[in-house]
Amino acid sequence: MKYLRIEPRRPKVGIFDFTSCEGCELQLVNHEESLADFLACVEIVNFREASAARDDTYDIALVEGSISRADEVERLKSIRAKAKTLVAFGSCACFGGVNRLKNACDLVAANREVYGAHPKETLPVRAVKEIVPVDLEIPGCPVNKPEVERIVQHLMMDLPFQLPVYPVCVECKQRFTTCLYERGELCLGAISRAGCDAPCPAGGLGCWGCRGPALDANVEAFRSMVRERGFSQRELDERMSFFGGFEVRS
Amino acid sequence: MLFRTLAKAEFRKLVELLLAANEVVGPKRVGTNVRGEPLHQFLPVSAFDELALDYANTEFPPKTYFLPYREDLCSYRFGDDDWTQDIRYQVHPRVIVGMHACDINGLVKLDKVFTRDTFPSPYYLSRRKNTLIIGIDHLPGPKCFCRSVGADLVERGFDLFLSDLDTRYFVAIGSDRGFGLLQRVDAKAITDEDRADYLALRHRIADAFETHVDVQNLPSLLDIEFESKLWKKWGDKCLSCGACAMVCPTCYCYGVHERVSIDFRCGAKVKQLHSCNLLDFAMVAGNHNFRPTRESRLKYRYYHQHRGFVEAYDEPNCVGCNRCGHACLVGINPPDVIADLQAEERR
Ligand code: SF4
Ligand code: SF4
Ligand code: SF4
Ligand code: SF4
Ligand code: SF4
Repeated sequence: MKYLRIEPRRPKVGIFDFTSCEGCELQLVNHEESLADFLACVEIVNFREASAARDDTYDIALVEGSISRADEVERLKSIRAKAKTLVAFGSCACFGGVNRLKNACDLVAANREVYGAHPKETLPVRAVKEIVPVDLEIPGCPVNKPEVERIVQHLMMDLPFQLPVYPVCVECKQRFTTCLYERGELCLGAISRAGCDAPCPAGGLGCWGCRGPALDANVEAFRSMVRERGFSQRELDERMSFFGGFEVRS
Repeated sequence: MLFRTLAKAEFRKLVELLLAANEVVGPKRVGTNVRGEPLHQFLPVSAFDELALDYANTEFPPKTYFLPYREDLCSYRFGDDDWTQDIRYQVHPRVIVGMHACDINGLVKLDKVFTRDTFPSPYYLSRRKNTLIIGIDHLPGPKCFCRSVGADLVERGFDLFLSDLDTRYFVAIGSDRGFGLLQRVDAKAITDEDRADYLALRHRIADAFETHVDVQNLPSLLDIEFESKLWKKWGDKCLSCGACAMVCPTCYCYGVHERVSIDFRCGAKVKQLHSCNLLDFAMVAGNHNFRPTRESRLKYRYYHQHRGFVEAYDEPNCVGCNRCGHACLVGINPPDVIADLQAEERR
């Protein structure tokens, strides 16, 4: 396989899950029509969800999930030590994801609520980059497979990849979706990072910011706009906290 | 310009003739907003009755039929040792019925950009030449300010343009194609009464404008106000979301990226419309950004539309539809921004 007479690298990729629903990993085996070609691009070592094979030498580590236990911290550090490129794979890994909701609770009470009489050892949720340096972030809950494919292609050719930095509204308009605010509904599109192709406003749900904030998002002006439109602080805070990407003062 | 009148039933017949042989796009009702007002978009129709010719404005401009938000400029196939390129300019002929004067004038501005300069765009040209345009007059909405920017009347850029005289349409013929089309129905020569009714309608339309923007000397005012604090005031509100440029009938900025299939056998150059309000619009190598602040980006949107474009083409790149003002969640709109600058100058 050559591209413009250049032989792309076929990197060894290890896939590792931490605190997560494993939905992002599942996306890797999604998009069946291109799955065989995708698998020809990379040599997958260490993919618990799809195969039992294990190999501890890899160029790229795709790290899924947030970090919420002491043993996870140690495992993450040893992966970092081996990987040339460490990718925070999905929103949990990038900024904590839905798991981050836990940080707003009393940890002991939360533990009791979930595990009852058999509490587990747990820490406040952290993003991967809060523990080890991250080379690349692929946000999304879950990640968007076509975007993952593009990023993998860039890694194979050793080219830098630029995620969109602008907000979801651009992609939302480009698919002719009637703005949720026209319907009197809340949407975080104007402060959320694009790249997903705005499926949620199109589906009538509004954006929940699953990819985190757009670069330099104007959260302050956004908050006053939402307030002026009659949404409550609480409703907005709830939505902004959902995927863990925004700083919400509580 | 030549004029005719057309009975309403004849116009229906005309559209049905067009429908039988072409794709016909027109204003279609797509729902209702929270205030109970109807929402419209330019969409393909399959019957005359799907056209909502009395629409006030559409959510998206008809420019997307000429400058799509995304298009493949060319595609490639890679062999082991060579590659082939495929470029397609051919488009199917299309009819757009029901464009308002502002949107037709928007196209006339885009024509200047994409058909006259040193590098005309074959993509734009092929769509433009293969699209028949039937425009229609309407009473302006409360926020329309096309008259202030000289875009309430059309002189060119269309094939036929209708004005509703209740019992019949007064039809301006803008092209040979439009003239030919009228041969296929019973169009009548205009009478003194038609002329009088048409002029009365023109006055009624002109008197109905509620929003006025003084664009006299605006380019020089903008020069003087380049450092004005007002840009920070408006810039602080701006979400840099790009919605304004996406819905604008005249904004034409774009970026090009490559898409390569995951088996590395095919590729395409993809053009995607962009906006000067977006953070990465002026980002260059080494991550340097010429317009890193919201106020500088918002300011340049106004400078391009009301100063730079005027310098290049002797007219603003704004047709006064106020779609940008409507789409902007934080209420940034040309009449208010321009009035604010003018008030500042007088202070
Ligand atoms: S629906 Fe949401 S994403 Fe779409 S334009 Fe409106 S605010 Fe932006
Ligand atoms: S629209 Fe918002 S919530 Fe939906 S996928 Fe995109 S970023 Fe995530
Ligand atoms: S700048 Fe605004 S008012 Fe002017 S043409 Fe564009 S969308 Fe319409
Ligand atoms: S520079 Fe800005 S205002 Fe001008 S056409 Fe481009 S997007 Fe529109
Ligand atoms: S002016 Fe309004 S619509 Fe345009 S980028 Fe700023 S916030 Fe978005």
